Amino acid sequence: MALLIGSITIGLILALLALGIFISFRIFDFPDITAEGSFTFGAATGAALIVAGVNPLLASLIAFLAGMAAGAITGLIHTRFKINPLLAGILVMTALYSVNLHVMGKSNIPLLNETTVFTWVDNFSAWISGADTKTNLLGWQVAVKDLWLLLFCLITILSFCYLLWWFFKTNIGTAMRATGDNDQMIRALGVNTNSMIILGIALSNGFIALAGAMLAQYQGFADVQMGIGMMVWGLASVIIGEAIINDNSLGFVIAGAVVGSVLFRLLVAIALRWGLNPNDLKIITALFVFIALILPGIMKNKRKRNLKSTAHA
Amino acid sequence: MLKIENIEKTFNPGTANEVKALQGVNIEIEEGSFVCVLGTNGSGKSTALNAVAGTFLLDKGSIILDGEDISKWGEHKRAKYIGRVFQNPFSGTAPNMSIQENLMLALKRGKKRGIGWGLPSKLIKEFKEIVRPLNMGLEDRLENPIGKLSGGQRQALTLLMATALKPRLLLLDEHTAALDPKTASKVIDLTQKVISRDKLTTLMVTHSMQQAVNLGDRIIMMHQGKVAYDFKGDEKKRLKVNDLLTLFDELRRKDNVDTSVAALLEEYYV
Repeated sequence: MALLIGSITIGLILALLALGIFISFRIFDFPDITAEGSFTFGAATGAALIVAGVNPLLASLIAFLAGMAAGAITGLIHTRFKINPLLAGILVMTALYSVNLHVMGKSNIPLLNETTVFTWVDNFSAWISGADTKTNLLGWQVAVKDLWLLLFCLITILSFCYLLWWFFKTNIGTAMRATGDNDQMIRALGVNTNSMIILGIALSNGFIALAGAMLAQYQGFADVQMGIGMMVWGLASVIIGEAIINDNSLGFVIAGAVVGSVLFRLLVAIALRWGLNPNDLKIITALFVFIALILPGIMKNKRKRNLKSTAHA
Repeated sequence: MLKIENIEKTFNPGTANEVKALQGVNIEIEEGSFVCVLGTNGSGKSTALNAVAGTFLLDKGSIILDGEDISKWGEHKRAKYIGRVFQNPFSGTAPNMSIQENLMLALKRGKKRGIGWGLPSKLIKEFKEIVRPLNMGLEDRLENPIGKLSGGQRQALTLLMATALKPRLLLLDEHTAALDPKTASKVIDLTQKVISRDKLTTLMVTHSMQQAVNLGDRIIMMHQGKVAYDFKGDEKKRLKVNDLLTLFDELRRKDNVDTSVAALLEEYYV
């Protein structure tokens, strides 16, 4: 049960990553691999600042801004110099690897003895219900502290979801969605689509970096490798969310990304529990996304063929 | 009002695909006039329109709107003054967004877009009144994505969107070419209504000589990247489709002479 709660909590933290991928991939149709660098960048920035004694909340905010800066550079490279989105992302991702090492000063920063956002939640939990208390949840013994952590993450993620939903419903946010939907049309209506792309990719990477900073605080360390595979991970979450919540309206799609992220994390936890070699995790994630990407096309073809054969009969 | 001064544009210069699309076009349009631009394929009529809209930057010449040189402005900046409807019904609307969201985007053409709430309920009521005259039942489907509508409905909406804020200049780029004849005539009716109601200065590219004869107060015929003929006033009113056809034939014959003479010369001298 502790494992289950832990997985859901991590799934909620990584939902921020899924939201970031949702912005770049679904709103802009921009396969932005900067994510892999900015995830670590967020974790590195957050961890380095926390170690330096900065307030963890402020450190997380700065991590968010750092991610935005990275994303803005990708957007700028793409729009200003007409470089293909994938390549623009690869350039920034590669550059960030060096940046991250400089920020961290070494390849791993432990945070176990530092005050993080989650230390505050722990303290709050101890203040409310005493340290190390357990409670009975559906027949399992669970640490109360873990439940508070889960609740904290849930509230945080839901607030970010609401903020994002609200933003995409404002005048500028709607223009941003239109940029991804039909850039010719929105240019003809007076919107600078290049600025929209830069701002959107910046926002996307801000969310991703925040996810990195939160995860580093939750697991107690930042590692220079922790971003690897994160883009596909986020994409898997978004795709699962879309499959489960079959509704195209903005609110549902955003909620879907969160549900998808939690579910995907749970699936992975269960698979690992059943003896999946952790080394195989990335290949299975990649295969999963591959299948999810081609499945709609195959289904469509099959339906068409069925229609044809019935028409012939 | 609009002055197009000696504009030139060559696409893919120096390559095998080099196209001299505009070779010194001069057009001056008065406030409130409705100009139809005709021409064969590749005559540069759509290119001239796009040059005004700012889809690309010119090699030479300038475009002056209300005394302001807009030649160096980006497309989105010019959109503040210019409303546009495209040939392709898919180009003018965002398919995955609702009708009301599309309309709302149009009502902010050229204005600052801040973090104010995009769709206040007051605005939605206003939209109902905007689409009701179309008689397409859209007023009850404002939340539906535009992608579900037919090409004609989308063109009609694009026209409403382009003129929702009165533009100084309306550019119509063969906006009925992709529609079936019945729908096309409906959209043309709407176009005429909107233009005469708001007294819009309009530049309309068309391939239909009938449209050019019926509509507007001026016909410009383009050929090989230049203005070949320009009819205004009474001259335009007297013009019939047959006259235009004769002119087209004349242009074509000139071309043939040119090419055959060139071939003849080549035989002698090369």
